[in-house]
Parts: sequence; C-alpha cells; structure tokens
Amino acid sequence: MASLLDFSLVDARAALAAREISSVELTRAYIDQMAATAGRNAYITATPDKALAMAEASDTRLAKGEGGAMEGLPIAIKDLFCTEGVLTTAGSHILGGFIPPYESTVSSNLWASGAVMLGKTNLDEFAMGSANVTSYYGPVENPWRSTDAPDKKRVPGGSSGGSAAAVAGRAALAATGTDTGGSIRQPASFCGIVGMKPTYGRCSRWGIVAFASSLDQAGPMTRTVSDAALMLGAMAGHDPKDSTSAAEPMADLSAALGQDVKGMRIGVPAEYRMDGMPREIDALWSQGIQWLRDAGAEIVDISLPHTKYALPTYYIIAPAEASSNLARYDGVRYGLRVDGDSLAEMYANTRGEGFGPEVQRRIMIGTYVLSAGYYDAYYLKAQKVRALIRRDFDLAFETVDAILTPTAPSDAFAIGENEDDPIKMYLNDVFTVPASLAGLPGVSVPVGLSARGLPLGLQVLGRMFDEGSVVRAGRALELAAGFDVSAAAREG
Amino acid sequence: MSLDKATVASIATLARLRVPDDRLEPMVDELNNILGWIEQLSEVDTDTVAPLASVTGHSLPLREDVVTDGGYPDRVTANAPESVHGFYAVPKVVE
Amino acid sequence: MAGPYRIQGETGEWEVVLGLEVHAQVTSHAKLFSGSSTTFGAEPNTQVSLVDAAMPGMLPVINRECVEQAVRTGLALRAKINLRSVFDRKNYFYADLPQGYQISQYKDPIVGEGEIVLDLPGGETKTVGIERLHLEQDAGKSLHDQHPTKSYIDLNRSGVALMEIVSKPDLRSPEEAAFYVKKLRSILRYIGTCDGNMQEGSMRADINVSVRKPGDPLGTRCEIKNMNSVRFIQQAIEYEARRQIEIIEGGGSIDQETRLFDSSRGETRSMRSKEDAHDYRYFPDPDLLPLELDPSRVAALQAGLPELPDAKKARFMAGFSLSSYDAAILVEERATADWYEVLARGRDAKLAANWMITELFGALNKPGINLADSPVSADALGGLIDLIADGTISGRQAKDVFAEMFETGKDAAAIVEEKGLKQVSDSGAIEALIDEVLADNPDKLAEYKAGKDKLFGFFVGQTMKKSQGKANPGMVNEMLKAKLSG
Repeated sequence: MASLLDFSLVDARAALAAREISSVELTRAYIDQMAATAGRNAYITATPDKALAMAEASDTRLAKGEGGAMEGLPIAIKDLFCTEGVLTTAGSHILGGFIPPYESTVSSNLWASGAVMLGKTNLDEFAMGSANVTSYYGPVENPWRSTDAPDKKRVPGGSSGGSAAAVAGRAALAATGTDTGGSIRQPASFCGIVGMKPTYGRCSRWGIVAFASSLDQAGPMTRTVSDAALMLGAMAGHDPKDSTSAAEPMADLSAALGQDVKGMRIGVPAEYRMDGMPREIDALWSQGIQWLRDAGAEIVDISLPHTKYALPTYYIIAPAEASSNLARYDGVRYGLRVDGDSLAEMYANTRGEGFGPEVQRRIMIGTYVLSAGYYDAYYLKAQKVRALIRRDFDLAFETVDAILTPTAPSDAFAIGENEDDPIKMYLNDVFTVPASLAGLPGVSVPVGLSARGLPLGLQVLGRMFDEGSVVRAGRALELAAGFDVSAAAREG
Repeated sequence: MSLDKATVASIATLARLRVPDDRLEPMVDELNNILGWIEQLSEVDTDTVAPLASVTGHSLPLREDVVTDGGYPDRVTANAPESVHGFYAVPKVVE
Repeated sequence: MAGPYRIQGETGEWEVVLGLEVHAQVTSHAKLFSGSSTTFGAEPNTQVSLVDAAMPGMLPVINRECVEQAVRTGLALRAKINLRSVFDRKNYFYADLPQGYQISQYKDPIVGEGEIVLDLPGGETKTVGIERLHLEQDAGKSLHDQHPTKSYIDLNRSGVALMEIVSKPDLRSPEEAAFYVKKLRSILRYIGTCDGNMQEGSMRADINVSVRKPGDPLGTRCEIKNMNSVRFIQQAIEYEARRQIEIIEGGGSIDQETRLFDSSRGETRSMRSKEDAHDYRYFPDPDLLPLELDPSRVAALQAGLPELPDAKKARFMAGFSLSSYDAAILVEERATADWYEVLARGRDAKLAANWMITELFGALNKPGINLADSPVSADALGGLIDLIADGTISGRQAKDVFAEMFETGKDAAAIVEEKGLKQVSDSGAIEALIDEVLADNPDKLAEYKAGKDKLFGFFVGQTMKKSQGKANPGMVNEMLKAKLSG
C-alpha cells in the first residue's frame, strides 16, 4: 500500500472526502511505517491507539459528510507541544514523566479541524540545536543518505528533526514544528520537505514549551507548499491566552497558491552570499532566481547590511530568554527531582542532571549576559542590533514583495560532525536567524540535490503577516524545481 | 571580556546548575569562545537606536477581571515529585 | 511640635533616615496574569491555575482591572501616570516562586513620582515624596513549621496583583513611618484599590533604615522585610537604628543586607535565605508587550475618584470649623467621614465631632467594636445631640443617656422619657426650687450677702440636687443670680 503513504495532505484530504480511502486505512498505513522506521528515532512517543480512535471518529464524521479542514489526516506533533494526557518531554530528561493536564492551542486547533495524532516527535533538547543531536532521547536519523557515503547516518537538522524525518520518511503525513532561529526551515531543507515559519504571533504559543519567547513560532512541516498552506490555516488563529498572539487576518492562502509570480518583485540580498559558502548552494540559489524570473517575477538586488550580526544577536537574545524560561524546571512541581540536603542543592542537582550540555551552555550564556554590569553591553546591545536587522528588512520590503535566499549553508551532515565546536553548529542557522529576529514569515522549499545526493532547500521570506506572498513564491519554486519528495522513502 | 573559572562557577550558582569540577574548565573555554564570537556586535553603532520591544508593534491586550480558572488542586499537583496534603513539598528552607 | 527625632549615642545625636516600600494587594476578583481567584484563606493550591503553577508553555495575560487600580492609586497619590510602561522579569529561585522569576516593572513603572501628605499630631502636616508605583505578582506561601525536614508550598497567592509603592527616603522617625503607612492605607481604602488588611498580608512594608549624624550624607541602609503591623514597624525601626548606631560607634561599618524582624524578641536579624548576591537579571518579559494607556481612560479614572482624605479634611475644617486634628481623625476612614457627615447634617458640627470622637470612639474602642457595627447609629447619636441642643437634657445627662443607648440600642428620646430625665426648664418650677434652697440655708444666705461670693456655687449645687439633676443648669444660674442680687 505504498500509494497510501504517497498521498500529499491535500490529495489525501480529497481522497478521504471522496470516500476513496478511510482515515483508519490511512492511519494504519502510517502506524505500520512508524514501526518499520522506528530505528530512525523520529518519535519519542507513538500514540497508535489514540490515532486509530481519532481516525474512527473522523471516518464517522466523513461518512456524514462532515469534518474539518484536516479531517482524518494523520500527523505528528513535535514533542514541544503539550498534549493532554500524553507524555511531553521537550527532548529533555528534566521533564521526565511529565503528563500535561492541558492541550496546546495549536494542537487543539488541529484536533478541532479533524487531524489524527500519530505521536510526539523527537527534537533537540528544549529545541536548542540544529541537528537533533542534543535530545535526551537520542539523535534522529535523516531518511536520506548521501551517494558518496551511503553507510553514514545523517542528521535531519534541528531542532524539529523528528518532525522533518517523520514527514520525509513517510512516518507522518505532516507534522508540527517550531522555529526559533530556523528550527522548522533548516531541518526541512536537510530532509527535502517544506517547512514554514509563519509571522511571529500567527500561531499561539500557549501550551508550547518555551525556548525563547520573542522568537518561538509554530508552523507546519509538510511535503508540499499546498500542504503547508492547508495545515497552517488549521494551526493559526488569534488566541487571547497568548498576549503576543496576533489578530491580523490571514490572507486567503489557497488563492495565493493559485496565483503565479508574474509581476512579483523578488529581492536577492547581497549579504547572503557568504564567504566559504559551498558553490553548489550558490548555484542552486542562482537557479532559483532564474526560475522565478522565468515565471515572470522581477528580480531586485537588495541589501540587508546587518545580516552578519544576526547570529551573534540571536545567541544573546535566545539564551537570555531561555535562561529565564527554563528557571521553572526546578524539581518542585513536575518532572525530574534529584534530591539534595537543602533547597538550593536540590535545585542544582536537579538542573545539573536534568539539562544536557547544550542547554546548560545556553543557560550559562543567558544568565551571564543578563547579569549585573553586562546587561547593557550584551542584551540591550543585541535588542538594538535586532531593531537594525528589522529595519533592514522593512526598507527592503519597500521595494520587494518577497526575498529569496538559501535555507541552510550545507546539506545534511553526518551524525557526529560539527559537534566539536558549538559555533560551527550555530552557523547552520545563518540564513534563517535574521527573519526570526525580525518576526517575518518564511518557507523552505526543497528544490534540488547536492552533488552527493542530499536535498537542499531555498527560503522565501515575506513581510509581516504576508504569508500569501511567501506561499505564492514558494509554490512557484516548487513547480519549477519539480523536486521528487518521495525519494527519501524509496531510499529508506 | 573573558571569563575565569571562578566567574563561571558563580554563574552556575546563579543559574542553579551543579557543574562537576571536571566540567568547569572546558566550560570556561566554551563560554569564552562563544562570548568572543558575540563580541563582534560591538562594531555596530547603536547609539541612536531604540531596542526592539516587539516585532508585531502591538500593545498589551487586557483581559476582564473575571474568575475563570483554578479550582483543580489535583491537576496542579498531579505531576509533582512530592506533594503532601495538597501542598508541594521541598527540602526545608531556613529563612 | 517637639523637635526632630534624634537618638542619643555615645558620640552624639543621630538622625534616622527611612524609606518604605509598601506592597499593597490590589483589590480584584482574579489574579494579575491569570483567571484564578484572589480570595484569602482557601484550601492549599485550590486557587491556582496552570499559569500560576508555571506549567510548561503557560502564558500571562494581564487583568485590566489591576491596571486601572494601579492608575487610580497613582492619581490619588498625585503621581505621574506613565502612558507606556513595561513588565520585566525579576529572576531568582525560590520554592514559592514557581516561574523562577517574578513579573514586575523595573525601568518603566506604570506610575512615577507623587506625594503623600502626613497628618502629624498637633495638626502639623509633612509631605513625603513617592518615588514610583509598579505592578507585580505576589509569590506563593512557604510553610516551614509543618514538617521537621520539609517546607510545604501553597501557590494560592502566587500571581495575585501587588502594587509596590516606593517612598523617597523622606521619613525621619518611627512615628512618621507609622503615620505614612496609616495615611497610605487610608488613601488606598478610600479609592478601593487595596483593602489595607495588614493581618491577612494585604499590606506589607519593607523598610530601608539608615542612620547618620544630622547634616551628614546618607548612611548605608539595611532593608527590613515583610512588616505587617504598624506597631512592629515602629519597634523594628527603633531596634535597627540603635543596632546600626552601636556598630558605627563601635568602629564598625554597616553591611547593606536584608533583615527580618523577630517580633517575639523585638530584634532584627540577617536573612539567611537572601545571602546570595542579589542579581535579579531584570529584562523585559518577552511574553508580554509594552502596556499602553489611553489618556482619555486615565482622565475617566481621575474623574471617577472619590473625594480623597486631604480634600475631605480641608472641607471639614473649612465647612465645619473643625480643628486639623479632629478633621484628620474623622477623615482617616471614608466610612467614618460618611458617618460623621450624616451626624453633622443640620446640627452643631463641632458638637457632633466632639461627641463622635470622645464619647462614641471611646465607647467603641474599649470592647474593640468597629464603627460599622456600632450599636448607636449616626441618626441615633444625632437624636441625642438634638435633645442637648433644644435644652431637653443637659450635657451631663446626655452622657448617661449615651451610655444607656450604647448598652441597649434604644434611642435617646425613649430613654429620656423612660427615666424621667427630661430637663426642667420651667422657670416657675425652678424658682420654687431656688426658694426652697434659700429657705433651707438661711446661714449661708446671710454669709453670701455679707460678701462670701464663693457660696454661689453651693446654691447652684443644692438647686440641681433638689431637681435630681434635671433642672436646666443655665436657667438655674441665671435665676439664682437674679434672686441673690435682689
């Protein structure tokens, strides 16, 4: 039944509505594939019983001609979203055994639209990582292998590595991700799928384990741009429980999908052409520019002068916020407790054992940059540079409708590589972080393979709340590239 | 600005992280490496720049003063490593 | 007014410099950032939402009423209202601080500089500067005495809105500190933004104490935390000031530190749990956006404020000819002032104030009854004053009648009727009594006529006695004078 797994979200929805397939059938196919690919460690928790129960309920609704936008579609949830009654770990030992008595707004919205939950996907601990190697539950394996070293297991990117690997490896029809500095877009690029980070404020953060509150944003990870548009519609919406949630109406994304890019002005930022960038990435970017030009878009050279400062800015702001957000993991109310003779000792023991090395590193950095005497030099400075980075984009968007860049500076590297130096790992997000700092929507679309046969993505960025343009240009790239998203499944 | 071992140890205390002695030295190097890389921000002239407060530019939404939540002590303590008579329990604190 | 408050040390006189940080619980139904209830005294962890317990992924949403209460308070303190303010995180670890940070306001508070006028004894006033007022979350409660090796944590208070009201270091004596707390409490209760209940912890004060030789620069201060009684505030300041003086005079220096007051010993001691360096790592809470106030809404809140104690006091002094001291007593509580205004309406306002302050408060204070529960209502006390005013009873009689009213709750006229206390103002009857007295005491009469003027009082006394105290004393006086001079 490989054909069941080949359906896109949109096609599966149509097949379900036409009663050509049932949700139970489709869900079973995915449950089987999850079991068959369990070795990739894409899931921390599989919930097959729940999935089948939800699928049956969907079939009942579908039989009555009812059902929401995602009715009967089996998806995976990044294990950063709290799910009522289902273990939620954030990939950390410190949340060991935590069963939330509540459901995140985004997952609630998905269930309300009829989606079926397959399980909770693996991730970098507290979403801090770009290779999914910091998870307490072990690394995730990318379904793709390179042609030059086919025995080497490769990382799926991160932090939403489990979601990306599951979608690419047909262990989920789609999945949720969260993106703080690139955690949806970069793994999407590494795994040859579509990953979309909407505008900050589009998807409620309520019930998502916080990493860096001013940056965290949920989004869909899918096989096609159309799927991303469909799923984003089901995830997003204003939530009064999140003070940073936006009330701006979403553009009609299905209409945007139907539009070509004729007359669109696409910006190409000079500063993204970086020293030491692999030539094939550069070549692919040029190819992308050409595709959009051929499709009728006007290509405009733009400048985003503060681009090179985005990563260091990010590595002040994100750890600072994280150091505070992670203070609640103290062994008192939930999760791990490692006893000590005093309260302070219990805290230090619990947190020392409960957090892995990368999380501890970021807590240390964050604590330091906020501490007395250093706040102005680090945190305040970073928020000022962040304002400049945003201003760069605002100025650029006065002349362009969308911006095209590479998603990541490399293809998927092997598990174990880039782990000797944290900064080397941080550089993975060099192209994704600026838009995160600015709050802008972006999508990574798979457009080709590297010389060693690994997927590569290009990124489209849009104005605040202009997901329509992002989807429109993303769809044009997808059509032009004709990337075969099923390749990974055949490899595996 | 370069951190020494004592400073790193005091940050760890402030962050309530027990860092074993053999981890302290490598951590000093790691943190200095990262901080050194971050230093490049000092090149940017930000004298006349206001820090970014919010990417959306919205102001704070207000909710009405109505009791809509609470009343479920069991849910509140369900995940607690230790709870007694509806309280959370922790090692004794001396004020 | 006595001279400034000074403490005599071995090296001379010392001045005490005090600044207060009062934490006042905002009167609201729900908490500052969550929808759970603020009611006092519930079972542990029952008034706790998932937000208050800092469950992963939970987010704060601010309560409009708490914001407006802070604005009302700022307006009542004649303070600058900041139309844009920011919520920051104050990071520290404590078992009853579930988030690991307190949401507070640091650089940009909702209210800026203002002032409070203190009513000091002797009718003097002193203006104390307010540095700022900001909104913040309360922490939960730790119980340390329930188990030999454990502390128990109850989060019912966690997230309740507090206003931290910070004074300038303008206070100079324990007594001034007490008057400051009383006046602040009075204002907060007038406008309904805090119930001022210190026993339940609705108002708590941290006191910054330092000492110096008069005229010297400010000394190093210690902060005494969490004081919840005006009496203890005074005791703690006295102890702490003397402690500091002894250290300095002994050649030592003061460590800036946080101290606790032990009321059973009357001492302050260093707080062990606060020994950690204070590095709160404040930064703007990224879960919240800047708070912006609409100027028209602030104007509406200003217009909605009731008459405040200072204005009421001025009106009472001008309109009712009351002394500053009496007026200050009557306006301290809004309910007292309202009670007084009912009493004084259409009556001799000064007489009404005297009766209320001396007799009524005297009677209420002994058994510790609140004015609201007084067995004598304003109308009833007014009835008694009316009987004095129209000469039905004398002031002396009225005191007895009042005692009876307080005891039984009956009204004044009924008691006067029942006891036959009605004052005799019939001149014929009084003249008859006088004649009897003069006839009974021919010797004294002769002595008086011979020039012993002092005996006048004797005749008044005898006449009153004969009337069983009912004769109108004024008439007795006048008529006796006429008789004796004739």
